[in-house]
Amino acid sequence: MALDGNAIGGLLLEIFGSDMTSAQATCASCGAVSPVAETMAYVRSPGTVVRCRRCQSVLIVVARVRGLNCVDLSGVAALEAHPRP
Amino acid sequence: MARTAVRGRLSWQVAEVAAITEETHSVRTIALNLPDWPGHHAGQHLDVRLTAEDGYSAERSYSIASADGEPVAITVERLEDGEVSPYLTQELRLGDQMEVRGPIGDWFTWSPHDGGPLLLIAGGSGVVPLRAILRHRQRSGSGVPVRLLYSSRTLADVIYREELDQYRGHAEVRYTLTRAQPPGWAGFSGRVDDAMLARVAWPASRRPLTFVCGPTAFVEAVAELLLARHYPASRVKTERFGGA
Repeated sequence: MALDGNAIGGLLLEIFGSDMTSAQATCASCGAVSPVAETMAYVRSPGTVVRCRRCQSVLIVVARVRGLNCVDLSGVAALEAHPRP
Repeated sequence: MARTAVRGRLSWQVAEVAAITEETHSVRTIALNLPDWPGHHAGQHLDVRLTAEDGYSAERSYSIASADGEPVAITVERLEDGEVSPYLTQELRLGDQMEVRGPIGDWFTWSPHDGGPLLLIAGGSGVVPLRAILRHRQRSGSGVPVRLLYSSRTLADVIYREELDQYRGHAEVRYTLTRAQPPGWAGFSGRVDDAMLARVAWPASRRPLTFVCGPTAFVEAVAELLLARHYPASRVKTERFGGA
């Protein structure tokens, strides 16, 4: 069952070095912009998969290989940690 | 380029169990002694990592139950088919150690300057981060109006009931019991629906700030009802914890 981006806050903090749950992610497929916290996250698969809540496209995939995180961000057109007002 | 992947920057630290409070038959609050804790905000969570003697390890996220400035505590519900929660709720003793990292999550948080009015909607143990928000509001002397709607299977499953009942007068606390109601029950019964929200939710015109936390299906259903009531999506914050 899908969780949301809050559930991968620790993983993203580990990868990016700052909290990403408030970051605005733009879906490369449909253009929807949403806080990472409100995306769909699947954490029980072999890797971690983040999907767009509007169109279900894959936004982010993280796979852990020998202690290293391999991050595929090709599904996001933009990921803005500190959105301008 | 083989070594260019990012190494971990969020470090694990060892926490010691400082106190255990049994909340219900399947839920307990675990206070942690964390010497290097940087402080947290109401609504945030932390990750727990348990490692077995054979090196097998499991990680889970738990909402922080305490307010800003209070010692760290988590509240854990035992899931019968769980891997970590049965240990935390049945085996763990005072002085035991576990690895913890956090605090995590700056989206699902509230501080007094975020304002309100606040609408908090909890399903089961989804009440944990909302309790942290209520405590923080109380401790900071904030006058932001707040309403909590808490959906629980039975009255005996209500977590923090004594504390929540003490907030009455400062906060509007309403329960709905989905599975069984005691004789003479005057609260709501059944799942959260539009008729219930019509009585509890602030009018959308007041631009309420809403936090919904619970099992995925609960959160999705409630969020849909709120959007249908013209709550602005940007002010409806949700957190899902999966099954049940």
